[in-house]
Amino acid sequence: MKPLTRLMSLLFVVSLLFGIVGCSSQAEEGPAQVRVLSMEQAGPTVEEMNAIVAEFNEGHPDVELIIEYVSYDALHDKITTAMVADPPAYDVMLVDDIWFAEFAEAGYIWDVTDKITPEMNADIFEAAWGIPTYEGKVYGMPWLLDEKYFFYNEDLLSQAGFSAPPTTWEEMTQQAVVIKEMGIVEYPIVWSWGQIEASICDWVTLLYGNGGTLVDADGKPTFNDEIGVETLTWMMQSIQDGITNPASISYGEEDVRSVFSQGNAVFATNWTYMYDLVNFNEDESQVTGSINMALMPAFADSGVVSATNNGSMGFAVAAQSLNKEIAWEFVKYLTSEDVQNRYSAHLLPVWSTSFEGEGLTTLMGYNETNETTVPMFNAQFPYSHVRPKVPFYSEASKALQLAMQEALTGQKTAQEALDDAAAKWLSLMD
Amino acid sequence: MVLKNQETNLSLRKRDTIIGLLLLAPSLLILTGIILQPILGTLYLSFFETSLGANSPNIFRGLGNYLDLLQDKVVWETLQRTLYFTLVSVGIELVLGLALAQLISGHGPGWKILRAVLIIPWAVPTIVNATMWRWIYNADYGALNGLLTQLGIIEKYIPWLIYPKTAMNLVILADIWHSVPFIALILQAAMATLPLELDEAAAVDGATPWQTFWRIRLPLLRPAILVVLVIRTVEAFRVFDIIYVITAGGPAYGTVTISYLTYLETFSFGHMGRGSALSFLITLITMLLAFIYIRILYRPEDKPS
Repeated sequence: MKPLTRLMSLLFVVSLLFGIVGCSSQAEEGPAQVRVLSMEQAGPTVEEMNAIVAEFNEGHPDVELIIEYVSYDALHDKITTAMVADPPAYDVMLVDDIWFAEFAEAGYIWDVTDKITPEMNADIFEAAWGIPTYEGKVYGMPWLLDEKYFFYNEDLLSQAGFSAPPTTWEEMTQQAVVIKEMGIVEYPIVWSWGQIEASICDWVTLLYGNGGTLVDADGKPTFNDEIGVETLTWMMQSIQDGITNPASISYGEEDVRSVFSQGNAVFATNWTYMYDLVNFNEDESQVTGSINMALMPAFADSGVVSATNNGSMGFAVAAQSLNKEIAWEFVKYLTSEDVQNRYSAHLLPVWSTSFEGEGLTTLMGYNETNETTVPMFNAQFPYSHVRPKVPFYSEASKALQLAMQEALTGQKTAQEALDDAAAKWLSLMD
Repeated sequence: MVLKNQETNLSLRKRDTIIGLLLLAPSLLILTGIILQPILGTLYLSFFETSLGANSPNIFRGLGNYLDLLQDKVVWETLQRTLYFTLVSVGIELVLGLALAQLISGHGPGWKILRAVLIIPWAVPTIVNATMWRWIYNADYGALNGLLTQLGIIEKYIPWLIYPKTAMNLVILADIWHSVPFIALILQAAMATLPLELDEAAAVDGATPWQTFWRIRLPLLRPAILVVLVIRTVEAFRVFDIIYVITAGGPAYGTVTISYLTYLETFSFGHMGRGSALSFLITLITMLLAFIYIRILYRPEDKPS
């Protein structure tokens, strides 16, 4: 080797070595990096979230906040893989109501119980505190206080001669039959019954609306009782009768939104975010101005007025994060009353103070959607049901999703399918 | 004199060996780090019952995870589905790939444009390909329904992905579209190296083009076919991304393949031990498949003497 080439290769090797070392020590230089994992679905848009992050970064020159998004259905698994690394790949993450138990047990998320001030405690809905709380400890801040809402297309409904939305599922079916016969749409209602968590949300809505429950006081499954079987049979019948769009078996929330936005369904269930996108966003919807929300129907003879699924989420800080305090600052900022009021088009604040007195006036002033969504939230939230907070939720839920799919695709009867899921659920409890 | 010369030769060879080893050392180290270590780590984990997270204890189960898996009905059903996916997709891909390769290599330069165009489906990332097919298959606004209705083949839109068997076949179709170009390109390259004299001799002897293809070209292509079969079978057996995007394993687990099940067990349900055991099972099966191919297709007389 010539001396020059030798020198070059030496330099190359040295730079490689430093490169490797550099990877692990990069956090020590420049502003502290805080990595946030959020979702792009059924909540604020990416533009809104980026704007909030930019606000925070501007006020904190010593911090560089980086946010990433995945779809809801990829979020759980993205978190579990990210937490394997030490320090974990994310400092802050969006956690669904139903995962707090699992993540708290696994030691992924930071116990922030003593960081919650009495004011925060008093001014945030008690139900909202239920989201990040597991076995008496608080593991984050509630953020997305959401539930499944009943949406209807006023124009199409009045074309069929109805002046008011249905209050029971039986009435919905009657209206749907007329809508179908008149040829207004092929399938009057579309649901998210795909093999994903969204199907459980619709299932909870229907089951509790029929007077049923998922589990009893001991956490043992009850969804395979008479009411459960009746409810699932109703779903199957609704597909057979051509009332429910059969593609619902493969759909998630975004598919529901697409079908509904094209005027191909008169009724749909979805989260708060759909209202703004379908009723006001002309790039996203062909039926702007004709969409309204109503109290979620229930079954007529069940004695239930209304029932829906509570689909709330919160932000948590990774327990092994190197920047826990700054990360917590961001979580507090993101969930603060002011930020939540200003960005309320696709999710409503968790602060009860936003819904009363001056707070309400402020909130109403921010977005045109709030005229509809705020009263709707007040009316619907008392009828909102949470799914069980258990560490094995993901696996139990997948068994239930499979049961519904097996019944809806005609591979098993409703009773067989639900019994199998209940047996699986019980086996996970040991 | 002679002896001395041999000594220098020996030490030279020794020195070569040492330098060779030294030069190989970095890559060996990296390979150990990024391949061997994770494989051994997975093997180790597969003997334990353990979940994700720092708080979970590792419980030694010996071969317990493997025995559980072999007794699980879901695992066997999933294996069956995976085999179906593999056999059907690779089978059709090979026939189509061979036909396309013959088409390109048997014709004039104009057909070479086809070769360039062919690369496109293969060059598209799988995830993009899968998203595209997901839209095509959509029941309410998908192109497939649009096309079939306009051609008058169906009267109203069909929700393709709600039938487990149909969903599986449509996922296979998406995989075929993506992979045929790869097979066609490799086989076409192999065809380009075949001696023209044989074709000419066959033509002189009055062989039909079909006979030429079947009796002369195909046997000569055997090594190349072996290569694409091994690569594609192993790939198809481990299929994941296309299913994750198009169906998420639905409807009713109708498109859950063995890799998808492994993913569910490991990352969704948090059973690291069970998931690791499943990964090892997949590895064993793919190795077995490769072995079978080599026994069937690789004959000693193919070796250049």
